[in-house]
Amino acid sequence: MKDISSAIQLIPLEHYILLSVALFSIGLMGVLFRRNTIIILMCIELMFNSVNLLVTAFAAYHSDPSGQVFVFFIMIVAAAEVAVGLSILVMMKRNVDSVDINLLNRLKW
Amino acid sequence: MVGTIPNINLAWLVPAFPLMGFLITGLAGKHLKHNQGGIIASAMIFFSFIVSVVLFFVLRSSGQEAATVTLFNWIAVGNMNIPFAFLIDHLSLTMMLVVTGVGSLIHVYSIGYMHDDERVNSFFAQMNLFTFSMLLLVMGANYLGLFIGWEGVGLCSYLLIGFWFKNPAFNYAARKAFIMNRIGDLGFILGIILLFFTFKSVSFSEIFAQASLMHTGGPIITLITLLLLVGAVGKSAQIPLYTWLPDAMAGPTPVSALIHAATMVTAGIYMIARSSILYNLAPITLNMITAIGLTTAIVAAIIGLRQNDIKKVLAYSTVSQLGYMFLALGLGAYSSAVFHLTTHAFFKALLFLGAGSIIHAMGGEQDIRKMGGLRKKMPVTYLTFLAATLAISGIPPFSGFFSKDMILSKAFENNVILYILALGGVLLTCFYMFRLFYLVFFGEQRLAGSHPHESPKVMTIPLIILGILSVFGGFLNIPSLFGGNLNFINFLQGAVSSSRSLGTEEISSTTEIGLVILSLVLLILVIGIAYRTYVRKAILPAEDGLPMSIWSRIITNKFYIDKTYMILFEKPYSSFSNFLFNKVETKVLNPIVDGIGEATSRMGTLTRKLQRGNMSFYFFAMVAGILLFIVFILTI
Repeated sequence: MKDISSAIQLIPLEHYILLSVALFSIGLMGVLFRRNTIIILMCIELMFNSVNLLVTAFAAYHSDPSGQVFVFFIMIVAAAEVAVGLSILVMMKRNVDSVDINLLNRLKW
Repeated sequence: MVGTIPNINLAWLVPAFPLMGFLITGLAGKHLKHNQGGIIASAMIFFSFIVSVVLFFVLRSSGQEAATVTLFNWIAVGNMNIPFAFLIDHLSLTMMLVVTGVGSLIHVYSIGYMHDDERVNSFFAQMNLFTFSMLLLVMGANYLGLFIGWEGVGLCSYLLIGFWFKNPAFNYAARKAFIMNRIGDLGFILGIILLFFTFKSVSFSEIFAQASLMHTGGPIITLITLLLLVGAVGKSAQIPLYTWLPDAMAGPTPVSALIHAATMVTAGIYMIARSSILYNLAPITLNMITAIGLTTAIVAAIIGLRQNDIKKVLAYSTVSQLGYMFLALGLGAYSSAVFHLTTHAFFKALLFLGAGSIIHAMGGEQDIRKMGGLRKKMPVTYLTFLAATLAISGIPPFSGFFSKDMILSKAFENNVILYILALGGVLLTCFYMFRLFYLVFFGEQRLAGSHPHESPKVMTIPLIILGILSVFGGFLNIPSLFGGNLNFINFLQGAVSSSRSLGTEEISSTTEIGLVILSLVLLILVIGIAYRTYVRKAILPAEDGLPMSIWSRIITNKFYIDKTYMILFEKPYSSFSNFLFNKVETKVLNPIVDGIGEATSRMGTLTRKLQRGNMSFYFFAMVAGILLFIVFILTI
């Protein structure tokens, strides 16, 4: 534990933050501008992981292990979410024979 | 005071049978064959009658005055505790026997009379519901139970008057009856509320026990009795609320016989007789009842002189006879009023059923100017109608004589002027009844192309039974003058408090004989005049629309009372309603309500653009929102 923290602390905190922000922004842009639902799901995962990275870095700099434990929780939830998301995707493919998000526009008044 | 009497609990069966009949004929009416509804309904009322007779003997053999049968605890709120209970005493038994006895005869008659009607089953359902309500009314052991029945008969009366609802005039008559009754009911329920506030109870026995300790003529007791009187005036068709009863003739004739002669209109009389202890404490109210009764008796009799519709004549005579009952009540002769109620139920039901038989034979014609010569064609109807006419005119030894004579002699005991006025009313009654009788049965047949025929047995047999009752009903109560011992009055003695003592002595038997002979001579004279006018000279009442003298015009137009009510109440009310509708509702309320709806709908049109179902847009909106939120937080 001590070694990992100190290994993490070899790189300055700003770099982690910048990397996270970059990853998060890439994910966000992907969600907003791509139409392929698979890509959107992957971008959501990307945003998740950027946050995970940031939490880990902060935890190491604070010498607080609870942040790292929290990351595991996020990963488990993400795994469950992926399972649901992918099954929705499968149903979508079966029903409209496409994965274009803009085809899912029937949910309106 | 009230012990347990074996088998008295059968009382619940009395109203249960008509209720059952109502449910069967009402709910399963469509599955019944044409005649079955009537047979079931009649049988149910007849079963009730049998149970009532059984109860009569049960109570008699027990030697007790009254019994209360509590079915269940009805209302229990705080310290108010009202059971659903029946009071079986001599008064309610009398009423039960009249209601179910006359009622079952009328039901049987209706099987024949309503035979061709397509809604015959709902007719019988409503008749049974009516009988059920009437039984609740007379059997209830507290004012609230009485009130339920009171409202029930009002409802059934409305339904049955408007039974042929395709005719708008009949609907109008039904509404009129309902509204007139409602005015009375308002007074009645206020009276009950005041009773509850005064005595903390609505039960007869508790109220009467407490009231007997009160002073005579107290303001509260006077107010209570006046309010109850308003209800009785509405239900029993007295001035000023009588106008609904003649119009109620729009209903089928058996309805007129059952509701508007024999039972429902007697509810007011019953209620006052039941509350006799309260009324004895309020001499002012009693005097008002006397005045109302006497005025009604005479005014209605005068109007009856000029009516040409057979049912209208009978309707006004009902109003007039109810006036006599009120007169008796006002004089404190409660038992005499109930006795007249009973005999009146016999002969008036008979008169109406006879009229129904005539109308049936004439193919729906109700104008007595177009009848005539029916004596030979309809012998049974003729004979029974004659019996009823003699009875209502008060000719001895028919039933009406005994009951009317009691009221007249009570009036004489009080005041000679009262007696003279009441006797005048009796003579008027005699005249218009014989006018009707001669015009219908004597002379030539005046309606060309009609072939009157005697009614079927199912209609004539009830007529015959009622005829026998009308002839001999008076023997229930033979006054001591004729060697009798007033059985009926003594029978009611326990249930109805005795008349108030006015300080006048009983009239001597020689005076009484003199009075009887006097009225008899006058009656025969009147019958002679009617015979000379309508049989010998064969004068027909004038056709409508001919010029008349002022006096007869006033009578023909029923003293313009309907028109006065129209101008006094209906016109202002309907113009006020029109004002509310045209100005307040359309100009003020509608725009407000519409505006609220319109605004909501516009807002919806605006915001629905956000919900287009486009996922990318939702993502974008979400991110934009979060960004805005962050900016907002950072700038603070």
